[in-house]
Amino acid sequence: MQRRHILLGTAGLLAAPAILRAQGAGTIKVGFPVPLTGAYGAEAQDQVRAAEVAIREFNESGGLGGRMAELLVRDDRLNPGEAATRTLELVESDKVNFVVGGLSAAVQLAINNVTKQRGVIFNSISQSDAINERSDWSRTTFHEALNPHMTAGAVGRYAFSRLGKRVAFLTADYAYGHEMVRGFQRAGRAFGIETVADIRHPIGATDFSAFLPRLQALRPDVLFLCNFGRDLQIAVRQTTDFGLKRNTKLVAPLLLYTSRLAGGSAPFQGVIGGTSYYWKLEDSVPSAKRFNDRFRAQHGGRVPSDYGALGYGGVRTVLEAAKTAGTTETDKVVEAMRALRYDYYKGPQYYRGCDHQSVQSVLVVESKTTARDDVDVFDIVHTENPDEENLRSCSELGHG
Amino acid sequence: MTILGFPPDLLVLQAFTGLALGAVYVLLAVGLSLIFGMLTVVNFAHGAFFMLGAYAGVFLLAAGGNFWVCLVGVPLLVGAVGLFVERFLVRRLYGRHIDDPLLLTFGLTYVFVELVRIGWGKQALPFDAPEILQGTVDIGIGYFPLYRLFVIGVTAAVLLGLWLFIERTRYGLIIRAGARDPTIVRVLGVDVGRVWLLVFGLGTGLAGLAGVLAAPLQGVSPEMGTTVLAEAFVVTVVGGMGSLVGGIVAGLLVGVTVAMSALLLPEMSKVAMFLLMAVVLLLRPQGLFGRAGLMS
Repeated sequence: MQRRHILLGTAGLLAAPAILRAQGAGTIKVGFPVPLTGAYGAEAQDQVRAAEVAIREFNESGGLGGRMAELLVRDDRLNPGEAATRTLELVESDKVNFVVGGLSAAVQLAINNVTKQRGVIFNSISQSDAINERSDWSRTTFHEALNPHMTAGAVGRYAFSRLGKRVAFLTADYAYGHEMVRGFQRAGRAFGIETVADIRHPIGATDFSAFLPRLQALRPDVLFLCNFGRDLQIAVRQTTDFGLKRNTKLVAPLLLYTSRLAGGSAPFQGVIGGTSYYWKLEDSVPSAKRFNDRFRAQHGGRVPSDYGALGYGGVRTVLEAAKTAGTTETDKVVEAMRALRYDYYKGPQYYRGCDHQSVQSVLVVESKTTARDDVDVFDIVHTENPDEENLRSCSELGHG
Repeated sequence: MTILGFPPDLLVLQAFTGLALGAVYVLLAVGLSLIFGMLTVVNFAHGAFFMLGAYAGVFLLAAGGNFWVCLVGVPLLVGAVGLFVERFLVRRLYGRHIDDPLLLTFGLTYVFVELVRIGWGKQALPFDAPEILQGTVDIGIGYFPLYRLFVIGVTAAVLLGLWLFIERTRYGLIIRAGARDPTIVRVLGVDVGRVWLLVFGLGTGLAGLAGVLAAPLQGVSPEMGTTVLAEAFVVTVVGGMGSLVGGIVAGLLVGVTVAMSALLLPEMSKVAMFLLMAVVLLLRPQGLFGRAGLMS
């Protein structure tokens, strides 16, 4: 008799967590691996801030039938190996429902590798072309950020039609740089551009002076600086020092808000580039105003950066999809995400069916002269509206 | 006419760019070399002192100073930190194995970087050259940034001063004697501990000066010392650990090597200096001007 009781009791205990889970009473955990330490620490910090806005907003609106969301931030140190380990921990030990994050092409592919194997939804919030391709992609892979093809395409079409067709490239020698150059070259075909120099520099360079006399002598109409973060800041500063702006327009495929603040007003003056988001969009887009106001209220009046806004978009889409699906079950949330037609912070967006790339607008901004602490650093000079035509086709990416 | 497919003007300008680049290397390497030559301390915190120099500049500017105040104030501030580090940390490790101070200074780098992140944030900060040094000048073969010419000038002046101090003053004589044979110098009644303290302060002060001079070239960030440390070591190894002349020759040589490879084989521009180092180590392990056996 007694033995049977014990057995029953044990069975009850074992069954308890399963029942809890089935009722959906646990918190919804969103794993968030980003490079808090390393060269992109400032951008990563802002991604976390914006993700917190999405979490609070979700919880304030009642969550998923009373289930609250929680953000589990992890430092991937901008290192693919580290990112894979942290993601595995998030999935295996912390039992996260979703993973959102990544701030480098290589790191997001490492994260995706893990989530893909474990069948966990991953919404990537940094630029990559490879993540859309069949070999890396999976049903649980989503890409909220722009990709280099879209960004370089939009910026290129703007630059070639307005600034000139003799172009030169100064490119960081890794995936991001190569993908950007490829994007510009493809967009340039229709314009008949002439490439006068295509210089690759090692990533993490602190001095570009050795590349500049040659570029000075070539006098291209446009110099594309296909590098990122601190590389871009230093490259812009030094090309300006060498007086290249006299004959050449400086264009960065991706001109980040944080880069501009760190790089300073004078060196960046007149530099043109692409971005997924600029806070001044609030003048014309109501959802941007709503997001900025929430961000300001939660973070002491500061405005969100472009990469920060992606943190918001990335987290909000998975949570909204879970809400529509009424569950955190992967398959159903995937379906709900695929069906989303959303406008959360920058105008209309949706995930393309074949590769889950978020189809969205690309902004072209120009850096203006400002006082030191001014946060209004760009003019939006052009907006390329969401259009699947500007993405590589599904068949080109290897999707059936 | 072209040489290797480039107009001669461009090649000359390129070589000149390399010399300007070398000037920053020299300033860095000389401080590192000084400390090693006199104290046999491999100062892994040299890059961190360089970074502290840039932030000391930011601090002085915020406190109402201008660029010229920084040029004088920064080496003093950073040198003072160096004195503190020698007096209370490095001094305890003299006479031990060469690895011990190396590990200590390696750890100090992390401490300094974290402190700066706490104080000024992770975000890089802009740092502009004074108005009067901005813009470019025509040097006959092309346009060159005025500020880079200024850096060459400051480096030359500092090196001259340093040379006069070490070779032409009584105190310099004591420093040189102390490096040769500290025991004899001590027997002669000289406080060798004070000499070493001063040398460490001087070396770190030079690193600080290099940092504030580099700030208008690349901006200011907590991690700016990392790349620079590797470059400074390459230059000291090529020139010979502990040799001032070696540091100068090697700094300029490395600068020109980097510039020329950037023109001919851009992807290789970062590897070029390490290749140069490897070749020198194979042919002359003690470096171009180094004394053999200093590391043993």
